[in-house]
Amino acid sequence: MVSTLKIAGFDVFRYIRTQVTHYARNFRTFSRQRPVAAFWIGVIIFLVFMSIAAPVVSPKDPYIPDFLKVTNSPDAENFFGTDFLGRDQLTRIIYGGRTSLFIGLISVFLGVGAGSLWGLASGYLGGKFDLISQRLLEILMAIPGLILAMILMFILGASVWTLIVAIAFTRLAFGARVIRAVSLSVRETTYVEAARSTGAPTWRVIVFHVAPQTFAPFLVLFTTNIGIAILIEASLGFIGLGIAPPTPTWGSMLGEAASNLEPFWWLVFFPGLFITIAVLAFNLAGAGLQDALDPRNRGTIE
Amino acid sequence: MLKYIAKRLLIAIPTIFGVTVLIFLIMRALPGDPLSVFYDPSQITIMSDKERAAIMADLGLDRPLVVQYLSWAGNALRGDLGTSFLRGDSIAETIGRRGAISAEIGILSILIAWFIGLPIGILSAMRPNSIGDGIASMLSVVFLAIPGFWLGLLIILGLIHLWSYHPPILSSQLWQDPWLNLQIVAGPALVLGLAQAAFVARMARSSLFEVFREDYVRTARAKGMKESVVLLRHALPNALLPVITLSGVLLGFALGGSVTIERAFGTPGLGNTLIAGAIDRDMTMVQSIVLVYSMVFVGVNLLVDLSYSFLDPRIRLD
Repeated sequence: MVSTLKIAGFDVFRYIRTQVTHYARNFRTFSRQRPVAAFWIGVIIFLVFMSIAAPVVSPKDPYIPDFLKVTNSPDAENFFGTDFLGRDQLTRIIYGGRTSLFIGLISVFLGVGAGSLWGLASGYLGGKFDLISQRLLEILMAIPGLILAMILMFILGASVWTLIVAIAFTRLAFGARVIRAVSLSVRETTYVEAARSTGAPTWRVIVFHVAPQTFAPFLVLFTTNIGIAILIEASLGFIGLGIAPPTPTWGSMLGEAASNLEPFWWLVFFPGLFITIAVLAFNLAGAGLQDALDPRNRGTIE
Repeated sequence: MLKYIAKRLLIAIPTIFGVTVLIFLIMRALPGDPLSVFYDPSQITIMSDKERAAIMADLGLDRPLVVQYLSWAGNALRGDLGTSFLRGDSIAETIGRRGAISAEIGILSILIAWFIGLPIGILSAMRPNSIGDGIASMLSVVFLAIPGFWLGLLIILGLIHLWSYHPPILSSQLWQDPWLNLQIVAGPALVLGLAQAAFVARMARSSLFEVFREDYVRTARAKGMKESVVLLRHALPNALLPVITLSGVLLGFALGGSVTIERAFGTPGLGNTLIAGAIDRDMTMVQSIVLVYSMVFVGVNLLVDLSYSFLDPRIRLD
């Protein structure tokens, strides 16, 4: 198909195609120069694949109790043991990854995304709008993230979408602050001034000249915030304010295990291990991206 | 200096006002009034419209939102947080009792973070890319990702299996039974402290590393000063600024994290009270505790700002 989609003289398909080939070519260089980050990106892909293919790859059913096998320690049949209702823990962890990763990805996309748009506008437009935005962000950031998410869950009630909204709300300010700073500095560049002097409307300058510059920091923000979002989701699940049982999530599995005064080690160890691996993967992939996309490190890639 | 302090305090007032409004709006303006959980037909306890109206009037919930906000904020200013929605206890008294334990945990955790994190950061910066530096940076990356409540549960498991010891589930203040109190706060403080130590070590390393490249450090070394003097007199004071700022940010992180860690250890602190309140749907209790957490956070950030200007005279000038 020939690319003909043009928005205001801007060839969208061609832009996407050049960007994709650009990143694909860069990824090979990236993985050679930053094997650690590339490895953790591989882990992320593995976890995402595991979650999508949960019904196929999991050995048992995550919901049907088996009262003959209550709290069995790990053996050849149940690699990660069984829980209080005799359900296979490996299966529940695979399904739990589904909820945790889905909520993490969507909430950060919405939260950081909305925050970035806000920061983009606030940085470029400046003036009163920026001043008021800054005060609002300060207020949002004055309540610790987990506690803010807690009271939102307390009021909204537990479901996948309220969880997403609550976590997204806590990420808003982080997106806005970083992107605002970028937008502020890009506004002063000569090419933006040139665009303005040709009479381009404000929206056009923002969309075509300022916004593309914020893509790299957005990507880094997106990746690193997913780790935090997964931690918040797990924390909410752990204290019993997350998704209601029987839906498994890593946090709520830990919460169930902790309700015993003397917890069973396999019920504690495995869900926490998966939270740690997932958070580690997003943090390190984010750090690698940050290094690679930082203009001060130019020359190391391409 | 005084002028700067006054200016910072004045800037903080709108933020504090905004935070109280935000908390109030989240608690009141979102769908479902505080009684809906008791009134909801799908729940077990159902009351009639008349009973409900009477309770709403009794609690002052039938007044306009602005009046409700003003009376809540006014009472909070005078230290009167009202009574628990469910139990009728004085909230201020509960927060004082439980908050003392959480405050102890918070302060201890910051001490642990600095005592562990700072030396590691300094050693890493002095020998960059050595094996020790590699291990330290790997550990700090791992500790940033480990959920505190999981580490807490693992520690509890370890204590049970190795020494058949379980942290006490009683409550005791420092001035009542110091030994029992120490056993209660030690676990949560250690877990919370380790996570913060990872941040402190990383920040101290990178900031020292930059300072080491400054001209005045080279001059000091060229004069033939001992490395320890260069470090303690010239490099460290300047490198500490970002680490102190970080501590303010960390506190927000620690405040949130302490809630789940207290749950893991079963600590009778403020975090566990907040969780219990949220699960029992004790609205007034939740609202007040969230207010306390936010005020502590704003207050500490203010202190960090002020200490910053105290340590770096350049900031006072503008």
